[in-house]
Amino acid sequence: MNGWTGKILRVDLTRGTTSVETPGPELLRQWIGGRGLAGHYLDPFIHLPWDHPDMPLCLFAGPLTGTVAPSAGRACLASRSPLTGGFFDAQAGGRLGAQLKKAGFDGVVLTGRADKPVGLKIVDGGCALEDASGLTGLNRSRLLTALRWDGAVAATGPAAEHGARMASVWVDGRHGFQRGGLGLGWAAKNLKYVAVKGTGRVAVADPAGLKAAREDILRLTAASPYLSGGHGLSRFGSCALYDLMDARSMMPTRNFRASRFAPAPQCNAVQLARRFESAPHGCRGCHIRCGRVAADGRTLPDLDALSHFTALLDVADLDFAVQANALCLELGLDPVSTASTLACEAELNGAGPDPARFLAAIGDLGSGGRPDLAQGAAALASSLGHPESAMTVKGLELPAQDPRGAYGLALASAVSPRGGCHLGALPMSHEVLRKPVATDRFSFLGKARIIALAENAGAVGDSLVICRNLFYAASLEEYGHAFEAVTGLGGAAELFARAGERIRYRECLMNARLGFNATDDDLPERLFVAPGAVGTEPGVRPIPREAFLEARGRYYAVRGLDAQGLPTLEKARELDLLESYRRFKPEGPAGVAEGGEGGHA
Amino acid sequence: MLEELEIYARKLAAAGLCEPGAPVLGFLDDRLAFNRETPENAVLAGVFGRMGINSLLWLPLGEPYATIVDFLAGRSGGAILPRDCETRTFLHDLPVVDSFDAATLAEALSRRKSVIVRGRGVLAHGAVSPEQAFVSASSVCFACFVKFFSDYLALKREGRSDPAYEAAFHTAKSLLAPPRTVAPELAEGPFETREQALAAMDAAGKATVGLGLVDSFFGNISCNLDGVLLISQTGSSLDELPDCVDPCPLDGSSCAGLTASSELTAHQAIVALTGAGVILHGHPRFAVILSMDCDAAGCPDSARCHVDCSRPRFLGERGILAEIPVVPGEVGTGPRGLVNTLPPAMLGRRGAVVLGHGLFATGRTGFREAFDTLLTVENACREEYFRRVESFGG
Repeated sequence: MNGWTGKILRVDLTRGTTSVETPGPELLRQWIGGRGLAGHYLDPFIHLPWDHPDMPLCLFAGPLTGTVAPSAGRACLASRSPLTGGFFDAQAGGRLGAQLKKAGFDGVVLTGRADKPVGLKIVDGGCALEDASGLTGLNRSRLLTALRWDGAVAATGPAAEHGARMASVWVDGRHGFQRGGLGLGWAAKNLKYVAVKGTGRVAVADPAGLKAAREDILRLTAASPYLSGGHGLSRFGSCALYDLMDARSMMPTRNFRASRFAPAPQCNAVQLARRFESAPHGCRGCHIRCGRVAADGRTLPDLDALSHFTALLDVADLDFAVQANALCLELGLDPVSTASTLACEAELNGAGPDPARFLAAIGDLGSGGRPDLAQGAAALASSLGHPESAMTVKGLELPAQDPRGAYGLALASAVSPRGGCHLGALPMSHEVLRKPVATDRFSFLGKARIIALAENAGAVGDSLVICRNLFYAASLEEYGHAFEAVTGLGGAAELFARAGERIRYRECLMNARLGFNATDDDLPERLFVAPGAVGTEPGVRPIPREAFLEARGRYYAVRGLDAQGLPTLEKARELDLLESYRRFKPEGPAGVAEGGEGGHA
Repeated sequence: MLEELEIYARKLAAAGLCEPGAPVLGFLDDRLAFNRETPENAVLAGVFGRMGINSLLWLPLGEPYATIVDFLAGRSGGAILPRDCETRTFLHDLPVVDSFDAATLAEALSRRKSVIVRGRGVLAHGAVSPEQAFVSASSVCFACFVKFFSDYLALKREGRSDPAYEAAFHTAKSLLAPPRTVAPELAEGPFETREQALAAMDAAGKATVGLGLVDSFFGNISCNLDGVLLISQTGSSLDELPDCVDPCPLDGSSCAGLTASSELTAHQAIVALTGAGVILHGHPRFAVILSMDCDAAGCPDSARCHVDCSRPRFLGERGILAEIPVVPGEVGTGPRGLVNTLPPAMLGRRGAVVLGHGLFATGRTGFREAFDTLLTVENACREEYFRRVESFGG
């Protein structure tokens, strides 16, 4: 088999047993890898509580992972989110995905619950569970030192052990599955780390074809101002966007009570690079190298972390932002959700910006000292009687792009299966970065279908496990050629078109099964009633509510959902997802049980 | 949306790519709409039904593009392979089909941004906006134009005979619009305010498009005003510059130029190296064609001369063409990017051509000088092109 290894490692943490599953080629072709395959393994169990022993943790690479396809060396982690309660997938860079493939596996599915903390080591087709009791309580740096592992490693920190719902899983020290609280899912299984090392090679059907596809992609990235320009990612990391977010009045400030941050020029990527003498850092197999490391070795914040630890908290202090970000990484916390929860608490308590207090609170999240904050912004705001102060969607805190400043961004954030996240549809690409062409950011015209199509493409990209940044320059057109060259399969375009829609619709089915509907596909009220920036150029007004609802209705129509945002039998049948539909509606009309999804292992 | 579709239809006709009223544009959100009713709409609707797209442009070609594209398509073997920079970077190749049916068109469009239907026109799609289809179809025309005349000159240079090509060449040549020789009045500068500079950029951009010195509507333009480089945004149409200019401090204190032209870094380097006050970059067709003409028979780099050519070259040996160097370089800032080759070539000169890409021209204070270079060089290239063809037997 080319591209895929054809092997998935199953780990039962309750029994301490492992086995190797060999899914057929049709299953792999249908769901591709990454997010698509993870959804396949999660679908039957998504109704279980996130901390149920039978709830799978799915760690997957993709068919291009471990090859020379650009920026395809990432890994996908998916499960039910402790923070949102819904299906959740996250991507991480580093070496984890490539090492997994080289070790002989397309993915790992973990179930059960160990009776004490354990680590999973995978080396060249073999694996072992090891006692990790002695590693509990260790932060990232100390755990890395204690493990003395020269392969790839993913692990949780003290925040997960103490129940923080914004707990992350860090990868190779500087990367991580940051969002959705998936680290808490690991802690619920008593899984401390997964360490992987492989020396195998991923078989490629047509090396010359892959080389040609790679050159096409590299040429496009070199021509992309955002990725490779003098102000772009490869020069300044994702914080390159910081100035632009402020210039477009899209920088969430003081818990979204404003969208411009006056001291932004003092906190931008240029200042960050100068002050901390940063050097680039990248994932395995990526030429963009968008990460930044300070001269003292600390991982510098990305855009979302920098923006939220400055503007959102109203703190114009780069030292604080870097310190807070580093502390989150050490403790295993998602910086975005952590900062947003702190901003929510500051608003509700009427507290002014106090860096020392913020740092103390972050530290407390690593020791169980702030159970109020540990549940995230939505739970915190509800507990204080002001749910409207949580700037979340489906319980996930919004990142550092204010939806009032771009309406496709608003729609994408509202309907995302992950919650407050727009990465699945990348509306920033056309609404702000003008790629592939510019669209009117203050208009919903055409955005319903644009978002749906981009979500489908994103689902394929996440299943190939390609870095989303590459989609600011290249597209599935170029990656389709890489896929065909790697796997030797033809018809990538048709395969991707169908797989993308099916993967995304199955997530609709999973979330609908968990009770999500149109009520959840919505933005915080503040964004519809309060302006982001007034008296500045450009001004940012509240999102027009009626226009938003109309656009969401059009999105539902394009997506094949009913007016309540729920999947329909007709669409499920069209997409050959009747088995998933039956799980959503077991009492459905006669005929639903017929047929079903092909390709089950 | 219908009005927006009509705008693109008018632009295509204004650029001479088709007859007025000929283009068909379709846009799909939750419902499908066309700019006009035509017999082709049913097939186009079928393409929409087979693809994850929201826009289609059907472009029946006007002359000389119909002659040029049909000739190349007839010999393509399924795909035309232009060598110009824009195609190499963004379109890769240009698929050709014979049948105007939804299944055939959708299959071709699923792999590339456009498809040529032999004898009929160009179909292009977008998943974000009709502008994508507009850009792709325009670029197909540009790429085919450059390839047609470039390959013909190479054929003649090699002394080969090809009666069919010769016939097509003479037909296309007879259908070319006459050269434009009168430059519009542009501001001389220096500019004292940002408003003055922006107005001058707007006028220069419109003039560049108006005189056909660009591929589609794209190029880039900049003006150094007191240490801030005002530069057109990436993907902006030169004839619609207001609100599409980014101010980029030359001291590097801000990344706000993230949406600026992909050639921002090259513009910055040219300003720093030459002291130029303004830069104008267009894609004048015959300058691009001449930049690809090479007499080095048997050169080992001939397949990669766009990045590997190491010979010092100029557009010609006489007059202004002898003042304009030709340098290799790909779009952007990659290791083989024009940012490395272009700025040194501009030192002490009023312009330089990036091989297979386009001409960069500078002015000390205003756009009159840069525009004059652009226009004069293009007309000289056109004259020189046909002189060379004639010298090789016509």
